[in-house]
Amino acid sequence: MSDPKYAIGIDLGTTHSALSYVNLSGSDGEKTQQSVLAVPQLTGPGTVEDLPLLPSFLYLPHPDEMAAAELALPWNADGAGPVAGEMARSRGATTPIRLVSSAKSWLCHPGVDRRAAILPNDAPEEVTRVSPLEASTRYLQHLRQAWDSAHPEAPFTQQAVTVTIPASFDPGARELTAEAARNAGYDAVTLLEEPQAALYSWIQGSEGRWRKDVKPGDIILVVDVGGGTSDFSLIAITERDGKLEPHRVAVGDHILLGGDNMDLALAHLVARKLAEGGTKLDPWQLRALTYGCRAAKENLLADASAESWPIVVPSRGSKLIGGSIRTELTRAEVTTFITDGFFPKVEAGARPAVRTRAGLTQLGLPYAQDAAITRHLAAFLGRQVGATADVPGFAERQNADHTFLHPSAVLFNGGVFKSALLATRVMDTINDWLYMEGAEPARMLGGADLDLAVARGAAYYSYVRRGEGVRIRGGTARSYYVAVESAMPAIPGMEPPIQALCVAPFGMEEGSELELPGQEFGLVVGEPVHFRFFGSSTRRQDAIGEVLDFWGPEELIEMNEIQATLSPEGRQAGDVVQVRLHARATEAGTLELLAVASDGQRWKVEFDVRAEGQ
Amino acid sequence: MSTSNHLPSFWARIPLAFGAFFKTLGDAEFAARIQQGPTVAPTAAPVPPPAPVPAPASVPAAAPLREATPDAALQLLALLQREARLIDFTQESLAGYADADIGAAARVVHEGCAKVLREHFTIEPVRSEAEGSRVTLEEGFDAAAVRLTGNVVGKPPFKGALSHRGWRATSVRLPKLAEAHDASIVAPAEVEL
Repeated sequence: MSDPKYAIGIDLGTTHSALSYVNLSGSDGEKTQQSVLAVPQLTGPGTVEDLPLLPSFLYLPHPDEMAAAELALPWNADGAGPVAGEMARSRGATTPIRLVSSAKSWLCHPGVDRRAAILPNDAPEEVTRVSPLEASTRYLQHLRQAWDSAHPEAPFTQQAVTVTIPASFDPGARELTAEAARNAGYDAVTLLEEPQAALYSWIQGSEGRWRKDVKPGDIILVVDVGGGTSDFSLIAITERDGKLEPHRVAVGDHILLGGDNMDLALAHLVARKLAEGGTKLDPWQLRALTYGCRAAKENLLADASAESWPIVVPSRGSKLIGGSIRTELTRAEVTTFITDGFFPKVEAGARPAVRTRAGLTQLGLPYAQDAAITRHLAAFLGRQVGATADVPGFAERQNADHTFLHPSAVLFNGGVFKSALLATRVMDTINDWLYMEGAEPARMLGGADLDLAVARGAAYYSYVRRGEGVRIRGGTARSYYVAVESAMPAIPGMEPPIQALCVAPFGMEEGSELELPGQEFGLVVGEPVHFRFFGSSTRRQDAIGEVLDFWGPEELIEMNEIQATLSPEGRQAGDVVQVRLHARATEAGTLELLAVASDGQRWKVEFDVRAEGQ
Repeated sequence: MSTSNHLPSFWARIPLAFGAFFKTLGDAEFAARIQQGPTVAPTAAPVPPPAPVPAPASVPAAAPLREATPDAALQLLALLQREARLIDFTQESLAGYADADIGAAARVVHEGCAKVLREHFTIEPVRSEAEGSRVTLEEGFDAAAVRLTGNVVGKPPFKGALSHRGWRATSVRLPKLAEAHDASIVAPAEVEL
C-alpha cells in the first residue's frame, strides 16, 4: 500500500451508515482536519442527492418498476442492481416485500445462515433475495464508490480504513463484517467497537481538554442507544508514564432494542387510540404516523412546557384536507411509554425479564424481550462488578460490598439522547444506584455529536493507529471455550456432562497468538469436526487451556457451534492428523482459532458454520 | 404591459413564478429590472406562495432575456409536493371544510415546506437589524438587496425604518437529475397491487 492521504472511518449502522475522514497531511497530534463525506444516493427515481448519512436499506426493484436509467448513480451509469440509501428506505416503506432492512442485526443473528439469501425474510418466491452478508457488502461498496467518485486523486483502497461494529458482536459476526468489507473491495480494513469510537470522537472533539475532564481512576460508562441496538462498554482511565491511557475493560451483550422501537411503540399506541374512535389505519398510514410520533416525541421531550403535540397523518390520495387524520400525543403518553417504559427508574438489583421463547426456530430477529434499557444497564453493571479488579490503581475504588461496578462518568451516544430528558433520566437512575451504595455521583461527559460520533471516532482511530494521539487499550472483550466431554460414567437418560476448555483468554492484545497447551486433537482429514462454543464476558482470570467443571448460568453464553475441516491438500482423505489449537487476535480486530499440525500446517476454524444443505 | 391574450394558466404560472423568484434572488440586474418595472412587485417571500410572485411578463420587452430552464422549477415543485403535499393542498377547494381541518392539513404543508427549505437552501436575512429599527443606507448600497419605498427623494445616505428584513438564499442544493428523467412528472400516480 502506498502512503495513505486520508484516514477513513465508516459507521456501518443498523439504520444509517456514514463515512468520515481525516486529512493526514493537515493533521498533527491532536489537531485533526476532519470532514464527513456527503454520500450521493438516489432519493427518488432519477434523482440523486448528496446526504451525510446513507440509510442502511436495500431495495430490490421489480424489473418493470423503474427504468434502469432512472437508477443511475455517478459510478453506475446503467443503474444495475439493488438500490441502497434514502430511496430504498422510502420505496421500501410502501413495498416492504422488496426491502432489506436491519441487515446488521441479521449478520449477528446466531440462528440463521448469514451467507444464505434469506432477506427480505417475508419476500415472495419471485423476489431474488440477498444474504445479510451481501446486504452489508452493498452498503460498504456504495460508500467506497462514493468516496472514489469524490476523491479520484486518492483511491479508497490506498487509504487507512476502519469499520465499526457493536462491542457485543461475537467473533463470527466480526469475521463476517471483515468479509463483507473484503467483498466490497476494501483492501485492508480494521474493525473498531462503536462505544470506543464514540469515546475517540469525544476525545478528539475536546481538542485536548479531555485530559482535564477525566483523571486516572475514572471509569467511563459508554451508553450507546442507536436506531436498532443498545450497546454498553466500560472504559477505565489509567496512567502510564505520566500519560492518561483509556482501557476498555468490559462490553455488554447484544441487545436488539433502539430508538426505532420507541417510535414504533408510540405509533401503535396512537393507532390503538384512533381505532377506539373508529379510525383504522392502513400500513402506509401507520408509517406516516410513526414519523409523526417521532417528531412529536422529540418535541415533547425537548420542551418541558408542552402538554401535547399534534400529529397529522396525511391522506394517501390527493385530497389532503378531506383525507388527513388529526390526532395528538400527550406528555403523559410519552412519559409512560418512553421515559418510564424504556428508561424506568429501577433498583440497581433489577434484571431484564426473560420469557422462554415458544418454538425452537426463530423466523424473525431476536428482539430484546424487556424494553427497559435501564434494566439491561443494571444487569450489565451488576455482571461486571469485578471488571476493574485487575486494573492497576482501581483496587480501592471497588470493594466487596458493592453490588455493581461504580462508573464515575457517563458518555452518551446515539440519536435517542438528543433528548436531554432521557439522558438526565439515565444519569439520575445511575446516580440513585451510586447513592444507595454511598458513592459519589457520576458526571456526564458532554459535547458529543450523537449522529456522527461513531464515524468520526472511527476516522480518528484510523489516524491514531498511525502513531499519533491517544489510543484506547482493550484486547479481546471475552474469553472463549469449547466443550469437551468430561470423563464421567454415563448416566442413562442424561446427556454426558461437559467441561469447558478455555481456548482464548480475556484481553488478548491485537497481533498476539497463543497455543493451547497440553491438549492435542486428532482430526480426520476431509471430515468436519464440530465443537460447541462458549463465550464469557466476565471470566477474566481463565488462562488458555484451563478446564472448567462448573460455571454460573450467566457466566458462559453458548454461541453457534464452530467447525474445523482439514482440507486434504498434501494428505490422504481419512488420515488422522494430530493438531493443536491456537488463538490469534488479528491486527484487523478479529479473533481466529487455528488448528496447527506438528509440521506447521494451519487450518482456520470457522465460527460461521453454513447450515446443512446450503 | 402584458397585452397577450394567451394569459398563462395558474399551473403554467407556478414554474414561471419560481423561475422569476430564483432569478430575482440570483441575478442582481434582473432584480433591478423588476424593481424598475411598472408593476409594484411585492417582496419575494421565502416560502414561495405561487400566486403573488411577479410574473416575468412585467419585464420590458426590449431587454435581452434569459430563458430559465423549467427543470429546476419542476424539481422544486416535486420536492414541495413530496414533502409538503403543496400541489394537493392548493388544488383542493377549501369550501366545505372547517378551519380546524384546514389547519391540520396546513401543518403537513408547513412542516414539509420548512423541511424542503432547510435541506435544499440556506436562507439568511438580508439585514440583520430588528424590523422596525432605524437603518442608514450609505451611498453605493446594493439596490438589488434593499428596496426603497415611500418618500424616495434626495441622495444617499438614506435613513429609514426597516419594514422587512429581506431574505437571501446563500446556497441552493437541488438534487441532480438523471439524463432521462422526466421532471414534468412532479408526482407519479400510485397504484397499489
